[in-house]
Amino acid sequence: MKKNLTRYLLLPAALVGSLSLYALTTPPTLVADANNAGLKLPTGFSALVVAETGARPRHLTITPQGNIYVKLNRVNKSGQGILMLQPTSGGKAEVKTGFGNYGGTGMYYKDGYLYASSDQEVFRYKLNDKGEVTNPSQPEKIVTGLINRRQHESKSIVLDNAGNVYVNVGAYSNSCQQRDRQKGSLGQPNCPILDSAGGVWQFKANQMNQTYGNGKRYVTGLRNVVGLDWNQQDNQLFVMQHGRDQLHDIFPDLYDAKQSAQLPAECMYAVKPGDNAGWPYMYYDQVQQKKILAPEYGGDGKKEADTKFIDPAAAFPGHMAPNGLLFYTGNMFPERYKNGAFIAFHGSWNRAPEPQAGYFVVFQPFKNGKPDGKWEVFADNFAGAPEKVASGRADHRPCGLAQAPDGSLYVTDDAKGTIYRIFYNKK
Amino acid sequence: MQKLSILCFLVFLSLPLAAQKKPAPKPKAPAASAGASKSIAAGKQIYSQYCLSCHQADGGGVQNMNPPLIKTSYVLGDKTRLTKVLLNGLQDVDIDGEPYNNVMPSHDFLTDQQIADVLTFVRNSFGNKATAVSAAEVKAVRAANKK
Ligand code: HEC
Repeated sequence: MKKNLTRYLLLPAALVGSLSLYALTTPPTLVADANNAGLKLPTGFSALVVAETGARPRHLTITPQGNIYVKLNRVNKSGQGILMLQPTSGGKAEVKTGFGNYGGTGMYYKDGYLYASSDQEVFRYKLNDKGEVTNPSQPEKIVTGLINRRQHESKSIVLDNAGNVYVNVGAYSNSCQQRDRQKGSLGQPNCPILDSAGGVWQFKANQMNQTYGNGKRYVTGLRNVVGLDWNQQDNQLFVMQHGRDQLHDIFPDLYDAKQSAQLPAECMYAVKPGDNAGWPYMYYDQVQQKKILAPEYGGDGKKEADTKFIDPAAAFPGHMAPNGLLFYTGNMFPERYKNGAFIAFHGSWNRAPEPQAGYFVVFQPFKNGKPDGKWEVFADNFAGAPEKVASGRADHRPCGLAQAPDGSLYVTDDAKGTIYRIFYNKK
Repeated sequence: MQKLSILCFLVFLSLPLAAQKKPAPKPKAPAASAGASKSIAAGKQIYSQYCLSCHQADGGGVQNMNPPLIKTSYVLGDKTRLTKVLLNGLQDVDIDGEPYNNVMPSHDFLTDQQIADVLTFVRNSFGNKATAVSAAEVKAVRAANKK
């Protein structure tokens, strides 16, 4: 009798067990929103709104279990700077918890840890086997004391496969002038900003309370990087630089308003330790395809810069503000997207009085770990209308990118707070 | 001085008009004095050349970076404080509770008249309505600013 009872009890248990296994292994069906949530996409792709956060989400990351962690620019009304969302149905998700009493940009998942940055520190949180943060109020502070003087404050982060974290420390200046952004003011000799900013620093992912002295200036001469990613094919760091502003405002005799809107390029760099990308001494002119000496340091728009500065891997039109970079390693999208780069362009302001540009997600094809061919607009119309692009009064502004376990692409918008998900419909 | 008082008078006149819920037949736009409209026109030029790239054509600024010039306490408020923003620039200061991460460079290279014109333009554009700033006022602020 006892034996029988156990058998009766075991059967439903086994059933429930196999059902939940089924739920885990079958990817949920993704249901596109009407009109693809307003986005314009290549044929075969669809989009949906995952959630409205009502905040300003910057970067985001997704755990293997499908939990979505989003870093907010500023804490929300409940004082939370990180939101955790879990899937509901149709590909959507809802906010489950929030924690982290600091605003910031960086958010990255790696090997069972969640990494997050404020504008001067980097933290990490241990995740359990459900992908949940176990101790939200007591993260490990791995980096502290990074410089933050408001301008170019985002401490974007990424990890390699050898236990290192890479942290952007943006230059608190436009072009290292003696008087920042002042018409005609010349560059400071031997730009002192580069000692503690204007580059990417490398730290250990598992050591506490590291400061500049514990880290390594991995690459210098980068004005500001918001989008960065580790390229798994090359095993190399790639960054997107925000190029300098205001060539015309500062040197009206050398540049007209049109040139100033177009120049300099927003550059993608593939970096090696010790590289120098040349800020503030040069900028990359994508029309002449040359490294040009900055006018603050004696340039005239034509004189070339020192050849010791590295060349960009790819160059994009000026001022479009690349805020997210993601190498696509998923299997959902067609083969040509594999190992290529998606770039979220936040959109320009420094093209005025010329029309503004950007507010879209771009795809840059890659072959053997190198850019191959021209970039193309992948997801467009975040702004809502062409006039809203031109005026810069965009409804939504793309910022962070993340790849879900199923290979779909998530995009945050830090203007209205929308989180989008873009997926491919297999034919 | 006379120009100024005419302008003040006009602003005074337009106040009750603005307060009225339904101004019956739409009144003709209050014709600003010749002096003020000249200053506003000259200020518009200065604005396009030196301010527009940051504060934008519509004066709406750029989220998180450059503040709007629409009905802020600086634009509509004390003229001395406003003039000092242009003379000295501004950095690390929240505007009406919002932080902005860019810097406002000093524009002390503009003449007293140019600063007066651009501020008069800003104070009478983008939905703002406030008294004109005169070159004499800018001159006085600049002198006291030097020390
Ligand atoms: C390089 C970009 C830039 C330029 C050019 C610029 N500003 Fe500003 N301006 C700013 C920023 C940034 C602030 C806010 C600084 C802060 O919050 O500390 C500001 C603040 C102000 C303020 C006070 C705050 C407010 O919003 O009311 C006024 C008024 C102002 N600017 C007017 C002007 C005028 C007029 C010009 C042209 C003569 C000009 N600005 C040119 C960036 C700029």
